[in-house]
Amino acid sequence: MTELLPFLKELLSAPGLSGYEDPAARIIENKWRPLVHEISRGKLGSLHGLRSGTGQEPRPSVMVAAHMDGIGMMVTGITDGFLRITPVGGLDGRVLPGTPVTVYASGTSGGSSGLPGVVAQPSARLLPQEEQDDPVALEHLFVDTGLLPRKITELVRIGDLVSFAQPPVELSGETLSGHSLDNRASVAALTFCLEELQARPHAWDVWAVASSQEEVGTKGASGSSFELRPTIAIVVDVTFAKGPGASEWYAFPLGKGPVIALGPNIHPALQKAMKELAEKLEIPHALEFTPTDTGTDGWATQVSAEGIPTLVMGIPLRYMHTAVEMVALKDIQRAGRLMAEFIASLGLDFMEKIVWDK
Amino acid sequence: MMPTIGNAQIKLLEKLCNASAVSGDEGEVRSLVVEQIKGHVDEVKVDALGNVLATRKGTGEKRLRVMLSAHMDEVGFMLVADEGEGLFRFETIGGMDLRQLPGKAVLVGREHLPGVIGARPIHLTTREERRQKIPLEALRIDIGPGNDKIKPGARAVFATRFQRSGPAILSKALDDRLGVATLVELLKQPPAGIDLLAAFTVQEEIGLRGAQVAAYAFNPDLGIAVDATPALDLPDWDGEENVSYNTRLGAGPAIYIADGATYSDPRLVRWLAGTGDALKIPYQFRQPGGGGTDAGAIHKARAGVPSISVSTPHRYSHTAISVARLEDWKNTFALLHAALARLTPEILAGERA
Repeated sequence: MTELLPFLKELLSAPGLSGYEDPAARIIENKWRPLVHEISRGKLGSLHGLRSGTGQEPRPSVMVAAHMDGIGMMVTGITDGFLRITPVGGLDGRVLPGTPVTVYASGTSGGSSGLPGVVAQPSARLLPQEEQDDPVALEHLFVDTGLLPRKITELVRIGDLVSFAQPPVELSGETLSGHSLDNRASVAALTFCLEELQARPHAWDVWAVASSQEEVGTKGASGSSFELRPTIAIVVDVTFAKGPGASEWYAFPLGKGPVIALGPNIHPALQKAMKELAEKLEIPHALEFTPTDTGTDGWATQVSAEGIPTLVMGIPLRYMHTAVEMVALKDIQRAGRLMAEFIASLGLDFMEKIVWDK
Repeated sequence: MMPTIGNAQIKLLEKLCNASAVSGDEGEVRSLVVEQIKGHVDEVKVDALGNVLATRKGTGEKRLRVMLSAHMDEVGFMLVADEGEGLFRFETIGGMDLRQLPGKAVLVGREHLPGVIGARPIHLTTREERRQKIPLEALRIDIGPGNDKIKPGARAVFATRFQRSGPAILSKALDDRLGVATLVELLKQPPAGIDLLAAFTVQEEIGLRGAQVAAYAFNPDLGIAVDATPALDLPDWDGEENVSYNTRLGAGPAIYIADGATYSDPRLVRWLAGTGDALKIPYQFRQPGGGGTDAGAIHKARAGVPSISVSTPHRYSHTAISVARLEDWKNTFALLHAALARLTPEILAGERA
């Protein structure tokens, strides 16, 4: 994992908000290029890397997808040099006041360089009565860069992106905290999987996909699964780790392995195969029960074209959709290894062996 | 040449801001201060509470003994219970808005070990829940599992690091490292005609406690608290004029007339404003209102001490990142230096009204 950590930290320092994934995509593309045989971009911006299998053509293919887009904010207006914002993706306004951000100002004279700023909560007397001592609505928060109003008018345009600026920090017990670990942790797992596959022959073609626009409605994966039309798909995303605010059945211990989802979004035969493989290889894991929507790219992938048998894996993550999301590096590595082992285990007759209702 | 704030002083401010010094645990800033002022003062001591008390004598007859005070402590956290797996309950120290805590990185203990204050994922919250503040009981400082060096009792501060951007400084703890840096510089480039009694105080944020004993010890003729005050100069939500801005960035040092703890001595108000007018140094009057500085303790010391406060304005006080203007800090230093240089004992013989 030591080699993956610098890659993950670099990736976490790139913005790549939903719909504007290029900064993240470039970093991933550079990392993947030596690991795949072909690389291209999908129509909605997803990154597609192909590792050809050793089986005879036409070969079946497996799509392994992790979304690369991150949540953040967008500028909706400027008042006296202060920026008004709207969320990109799901944001609880209560985690924003006092948060360091970077404003990607598109104004000509400033280029697209990042301006440091902070999410500002106005003082009580400048807020409506009901927000003076309670959470402040997002539309009443500002971003303050400290620059003078005339400079801001010159540099910042409506629609400019605002990203969390919290740098990734290594915490104790080989855990990492930062923004956009949802879902760059899974991109790192997918990258680890590709690295493992360098030394593992696989009969199937492998489409590695870093998908776009998951946080605004699983748009990228929907387009990619249609375009690539894989035989099966594995979607890897983050899931809730046990910790403050998440203690129930839906949360999994940090550092105790990835989860394999079970529910209508997941093809039962694939689920069974992966679970048995994890047990055989003694890779720590847990089952995640997802009674309906997994809330991942898997939900869109499964119903793409004539339907795609889908697997969903999860990496436990604390404090999802805050600037200090937290993940255990071991879980990333284990998820990557399990995917690689699963792919390597796929025989050319795998699909024929799947029988419903037996 | 007029002494001023330059790159060396900004560098020192950066070091001071990045140090951890929660009220009652000011050691890091204290060490920096002592190291900085060594060789520039006639006497220096650390008193019973941890204040650094330094004296630099002036020249000439009938010198006023002027106490200047800047507090070393900042708001922060204390870890109070170890719940295992790297999770700690914590309490806040100093006036903090709970709405400013979720989603922040912190540094814990003397080792500056990184940690985070997370929040429940939005996916698991209800609309009703999102209308309520996240209570302190729901928050933890999380340092990651398996580290047994950190124990309850350790202090923590926001992890944000000092940064400059255009005319602005973005940092934690500008309240009151701006004052500390100002005071260090005044000791290094002292106005000649006074005895400068510099108090780098502890425990300001929990009740001006350091200043209370420092003022007793110094027994000064007059006192000046050099602090940082909130600039609440954002737009009003409904487009009305903001009439409760307290101070504004860019308008220069804030001279206090009255706050929640002190009515400034009117002679000192006139002296500082008059200096600004005469030398064309920008200044503003802080809107009379609440709040308080070390002057609140100093003016009540012994038989009473004529006192005032001068603060550099900064936005988002007591949060992970405050925003100040370098120009305002330069003008704070310039105003104080110039005013002290023209200070004579006659000021205390003048009319109050």
